[in-house]
Amino acid sequence: MLLILLGLACQQGFSRSLSLATAARHGGQRMHSRPRYHAALVALWTLLPALLVLGLWSLLEPGLMRSLILAMLPPEVAVLEGRQLEAVIARIEALASGHGVAGEVAPFEQAAAEQLSFLQNLAFLLVLAAAAGLGAVALFLARRRISLRLRARDEVERALRFLLLLCSGVAIATTAGIVLSLFTEALRFFSFVNPLDFFFGTVWNPGFASTGSDALGRYGLLPLLWGTVMVAVIAILVALPLGLMTAIYLSCYAPRKVRALVKPVIEILAGIPTIVYGFFALVTVGPFLSTVGAAIGIDIRATSALTAGLVMGIMLIPFISSLSDDILRQVPLSLRDGSLALGATPSEGIRRVLLPAALPGIVGAFLLAVSRAIGETMIVVLAAGNSPVLRANPAEPVSTVTVTIVNQLTGDSDFAGPQSLVGFALGLTLFAMTLLLNIVALYIVRRFREQYD
Amino acid sequence: MTDLTFSAAAERRRERIRASLARRHLFERLFRGLGLVAILIGLALVASLFWMVIAKGYPAFTQAKLSTVAYFDPEIIDVGPPPERQAGQSQAGFRAESLAWQRRVTTANWNLIVEEAVRAAAPSGFEIDRRAALALVDGGERHRLRDLFVADPGLLGQRVPIELLASADVDNWLKGTIDRDLPDERQQLSAATRRLADELLAGGAIDFKFAWHIFTNVDSRSAPASAGLAGALVGSLYMMVIVVLLAVPIGVASAIYLEEFAPKNRLTDLIEVNINNLAAVPSIVFGLFGAAVFIKYSGLPISAPIVGGLVLTLMTLPTIIIATRSSLRAVPPSLRQAALGLGASRTQMVFHHVLPITLPGILTATIIGVAQALGETAPLLLIGMNAFVAAIPATPFDQSSALPSQIYLWQGNENRNFFEARTSAAIMVLLALMITMNAIAVLLRQKLERRS
Repeated sequence: MLLILLGLACQQGFSRSLSLATAARHGGQRMHSRPRYHAALVALWTLLPALLVLGLWSLLEPGLMRSLILAMLPPEVAVLEGRQLEAVIARIEALASGHGVAGEVAPFEQAAAEQLSFLQNLAFLLVLAAAAGLGAVALFLARRRISLRLRARDEVERALRFLLLLCSGVAIATTAGIVLSLFTEALRFFSFVNPLDFFFGTVWNPGFASTGSDALGRYGLLPLLWGTVMVAVIAILVALPLGLMTAIYLSCYAPRKVRALVKPVIEILAGIPTIVYGFFALVTVGPFLSTVGAAIGIDIRATSALTAGLVMGIMLIPFISSLSDDILRQVPLSLRDGSLALGATPSEGIRRVLLPAALPGIVGAFLLAVSRAIGETMIVVLAAGNSPVLRANPAEPVSTVTVTIVNQLTGDSDFAGPQSLVGFALGLTLFAMTLLLNIVALYIVRRFREQYD
Repeated sequence: MTDLTFSAAAERRRERIRASLARRHLFERLFRGLGLVAILIGLALVASLFWMVIAKGYPAFTQAKLSTVAYFDPEIIDVGPPPERQAGQSQAGFRAESLAWQRRVTTANWNLIVEEAVRAAAPSGFEIDRRAALALVDGGERHRLRDLFVADPGLLGQRVPIELLASADVDNWLKGTIDRDLPDERQQLSAATRRLADELLAGGAIDFKFAWHIFTNVDSRSAPASAGLAGALVGSLYMMVIVVLLAVPIGVASAIYLEEFAPKNRLTDLIEVNINNLAAVPSIVFGLFGAAVFIKYSGLPISAPIVGGLVLTLMTLPTIIIATRSSLRAVPPSLRQAALGLGASRTQMVFHHVLPITLPGILTATIIGVAQALGETAPLLLIGMNAFVAAIPATPFDQSSALPSQIYLWQGNENRNFFEARTSAAIMVLLALMITMNAIAVLLRQKLERRS
């Protein structure tokens, strides 16, 4: 229906302005805007009120229908409280929508449902009519506005610009939504568990939701945090030297052809899904490490902090190398040429001139890599062994914040007990940590860029 | 006098430098070698990853199939002819009768038919007990025979050449992934079944054929050999369509606003920082957000591609915005000035002149973003897309699996021996899709760079 209205509006605006334009040309005048801008403007004005009515209705409808149902309930049912009342309302709504319900249908339910479905249909038709009517009125008014002087293009452009602004607001809305949703759910978690016990507890033993609400369990963050840090440190120890040396070689030594070949390959590697790395860790690296460990007399478990960290390091190599490569190439060539001209060997130039000049950028890349290592999920889910105990030995299984979020929340959409709500508290912690790292890193990288721009 | 001491000092210094040169050049070679070694280690690690996936996954694309003849024995399928609609019979009555007939067909002993088909393939005189015959063939095959019959009741009493899928254990046994020297009590297959499988393979009745059903079947627990990716592929396809439909317009629009129209002030600065940060937020946080906002508050169905698509859209948005902005920035200013100079408004300049030039760049960004979204697993786990779903979703609102979450499900399957290969095969499919997309993006970019 809206489409019809839209088409009509476009056609009206176009034909009217076209006829005006031809008339004006005969009179030696010109219109300010071309016909299609008039068409777009009329369409805009027609659509807006209609959409407004529909949007308003979809906002108001649930509340309105609820109060209608409440009004229709017999008094002995209406005094019910909380859950029971919700159940009755849900039954009536299901009956009215034609889905049917399980169990016997009480006569009052049947009557209420019939009435409700009648009212729903009526209301829907009314709203539709109202939207269409309003649209038509707006169409008429907008059509009358068309004249030689009307600056239709300006208005259309202003609307377009507003739409663009709205779209760029989506990113902000997402961040706000993440923060808000994490906060509200985490607050609900903290109504079960003292925040101090959460942030400084050393025992992680959440218990099971099925054992009843008495079995609260203990939610100490520290073992998880320790596991996260351990895995991330191992990963960085692997990735930073390899990634940085790769970047240095590619940007300073490699012939143009090698670079043209290796660079895209590395970029593709950076896009390999982490679950693939996780599977690699689980199936190949873990058993390999434990065989090596057995050969030299160290007990290395197949799923351990070491396995997860090592594979995560492999994952981060392309990430670090492509970031550092970009940064190294932004340092002005004159700096390097100067050092070469003074008689330094290329490696001396790199170490004493290029790297110090690029240091802020590389620190930024390093922080971004740390942030990724902390937030990485699938590798640790598959390869870290999921054992939330404080241990110093990296060859033992650990658990991380991300693993625990997955374990506590998979398959649960209820979010009622602390067992699942703790996922949001953990998520909030994770978000705060990575946010801090990201902002510092981005700030450093930005400063670095501005320095050489 | 002074000249002499000066040149002597210079000579000494030169001597010192010459002495240190060898050391410095050695270090230079060492440093350079280190860089090369780093690249080689990185490439070797990645090569071993690919080697592992391919070596494990490649065999899964062929599966043992038993070529035989199925006899739709009228004595076993004793269900009478399918009902035909009588004159004057109501539609509902006819439907009830057909359903009753189908139920009778289902309750017929299809295992017997399968068993007979296995016997027909075996060399004559070879003793086959019922257990061995049934263990040889995948559990889903009797349903396939039944469906064949329901689709064409005329098969009754006929002998039809057919390929039956061998069961997962037999497939493993014949491929040699099970240790043949293990004692009987630790083997998953009975001695009789193993002998039968070997015999059939030697006789040519069992053959390894390309397993098309990996792409056309849905996931299955009861019949692991016939488990396929169809549901996951369609689920992922729905999500990618949603991502493209939502993330591209919104992302391009906000990139245009930020790059072309936004005044330089606190607010746009905030948006900028915010977008850069959003690109680095861990994916699992997006999953939490999706679970809380889309499923709990908005009441969208759990495990549905629509929710997955929305979450992935929000994750892809920063990628597309950042890439589009950089390609907008690369448009030469002369073009803008020419458009403005001819009297175009800013909006006209952007939409008529700047945007068409950046189209390949936007396309590249889209492909890279979608490829990233395709492989994302963690957020899907939190919105329930790792549930076992044995159906192809008809709409984005139905329960569904997705490619990465199917990989996650399969790697956790108890039948490790069989599903390790299956998982690798699924990973190969995923990687092939992603690498194709990325390659297209790289090609596009090269083409674009050459032109400008």
